[in-house]
Amino acid sequence: MAAQLEFEHKSRATLAVQDSLIMIGRSSRHILRNIDQLLGAFFQPIMFLVLFSAVFGGAISLALPPGVTYLNFLMAGIIVQTVAFGSTTTAIAICNDLKKGIVDRFRSLPMNNMAVLNGHVISDLFRNTISTVVMIVAGLIIGFRPKANVIEWLMIVGILLLFTFSFSWLMAIVGVIAKSVEAVQWLTFIIIFPLTFASTAFVPAEGMPKYLQVFAENQPITIVIEAIRALILGSPLGNYAWLSVMWCFIILIIAVPTSIWLFRRKVMQ
Amino acid sequence: MSKDSVVVKNLHKSYGKVKVLKGINFQVPKGSILALLGPNGAGKTTTVRILSTLLAADDGSATIEGFDVTAEADKVRNVIGLTGQAAAVDELLTGRENLVMMGRLYRLTKTSANARADELLQQFDLVDAADRSAKTYSGGMRRRLDLAVSLIAVPPVIFLDEPTTGLDPRSRQGMWNIIEGLVASGTTILLTTQYLEEADQLADSIVVIDDGKVIAEGTANELKSKIGKDRLVLSFASTQTFIQATRALGTMVYKSDDKEMTLSILINDTNSDVKRALDILAKAKVKITSMAINKPTLDDVFLSLTGKKKTTTGEEE
Repeated sequence: MAAQLEFEHKSRATLAVQDSLIMIGRSSRHILRNIDQLLGAFFQPIMFLVLFSAVFGGAISLALPPGVTYLNFLMAGIIVQTVAFGSTTTAIAICNDLKKGIVDRFRSLPMNNMAVLNGHVISDLFRNTISTVVMIVAGLIIGFRPKANVIEWLMIVGILLLFTFSFSWLMAIVGVIAKSVEAVQWLTFIIIFPLTFASTAFVPAEGMPKYLQVFAENQPITIVIEAIRALILGSPLGNYAWLSVMWCFIILIIAVPTSIWLFRRKVMQ
Repeated sequence: MSKDSVVVKNLHKSYGKVKVLKGINFQVPKGSILALLGPNGAGKTTTVRILSTLLAADDGSATIEGFDVTAEADKVRNVIGLTGQAAAVDELLTGRENLVMMGRLYRLTKTSANARADELLQQFDLVDAADRSAKTYSGGMRRRLDLAVSLIAVPPVIFLDEPTTGLDPRSRQGMWNIIEGLVASGTTILLTTQYLEEADQLADSIVVIDDGKVIAEGTANELKSKIGKDRLVLSFASTQTFIQATRALGTMVYKSDDKEMTLSILINDTNSDVKRALDILAKAKVKITSMAINKPTLDDVFLSLTGKKKTTTGEEE
């Protein structure tokens, strides 16, 4: 041995945080090196934005409140939809780790095992932030005109980050349960697609059948969309902001322990 | 602390109704190398998973460097390195990044992790590939990186689960040299293998397991002496002479290999047994291409211990 090895002497809690930081670094490198995925995170939101505003814009603008353009209405919906679909990356990454045996290696180390999940969930925040920024810039170019002031923008950022965080934890459950990446893809699709479409993301709920309208107006995705939309348009916020926060915490309270429990159970087999 | 680094007592493990381990016992003396030898599905990987704290045993106990694998799992993880069957390295990270990351997760300081990574890259002949992502590595390089990763914090005990399965002969020889070097530096190694040659070459002692039980243990020589007898190996030039010889020798044949066209005969008394076999073949007018007297191999040990042929193909569990 050439050099004498030195080990960290820190408290358990500090080391656990350090483990999570190391794993966030790892997952973030994955995001930057997985070029295909990165291009998707870049172009898919632009495509959605341009297509939806061009295809539905004319028809739906009639159903919107006076003075609200479809692009300004759509922006909140499309951001939340993109972020929701973006959180499936967490599921794919966790599924891959479990399949490739690297989780076994991590578990044989004196590290905090939950750092693996933390790493994927938190680095997903970075990727989703990139997607959102790209989308807002693209929106501004084609005519998006938000009315939010600095404080309202901070609220938008806060709600979006909290929503992404909670949704990624929800998707972590799928990543642990699913036996293959293909399974992750269709499982997340059948969860997220109905939730984002049966919402006020693309159209106001008034035109939907009664039963769907009741669901669409009260489900968490709509609540989050409406909060962000109100902040963007400068319209009355009502209860939407704190309801969004509440929903995100409900998802977190359920999803975090469930995914950790399922993860532990799966890897002990 | 005892002189044994690894002590395994009466391990039991079932998956549902399938009993995978039915009471495994063995010890690995400090600084030695022990091979767990057995066919696919014998319970080798399950044993290693229990010892490396990845899996809980149903019954029995095990200690590594005096720490109990269940009650003191955290302490066990500080003193072990694990190299599994599937090379578990992060493919999107470079070789160096893999090493440093694992070093940091072993609680090495940044400086130590970096210095040690450099040292291992040199030692494992990965300097040129150090800053390429691991997915570009060949099978042998990946296996070397995987082993290097498990050595990053210089743990006193290393588990190698089938370290050479799927490697070409040259890479396998390279891996053997590395493992021999490790033992020379005082590391305790538990190795699983389904290659008898590998156990024979590397291990100080061998534990043969089959169907979740230890069926024999000892040094390679001790195991060989259990069946003890030398063998006369006769080779034939054609399938025809091979079949004729097989018929002529009848029950004297201990083992026949129709691909190599060789027949083995156990010898109790060298003079009379060899003479008898040759007389029979001369009488039947069967031409022998070559003959040799061989010491028993571990293959023979396995055959005589389990009464069945060992399969060397396919993946474990």
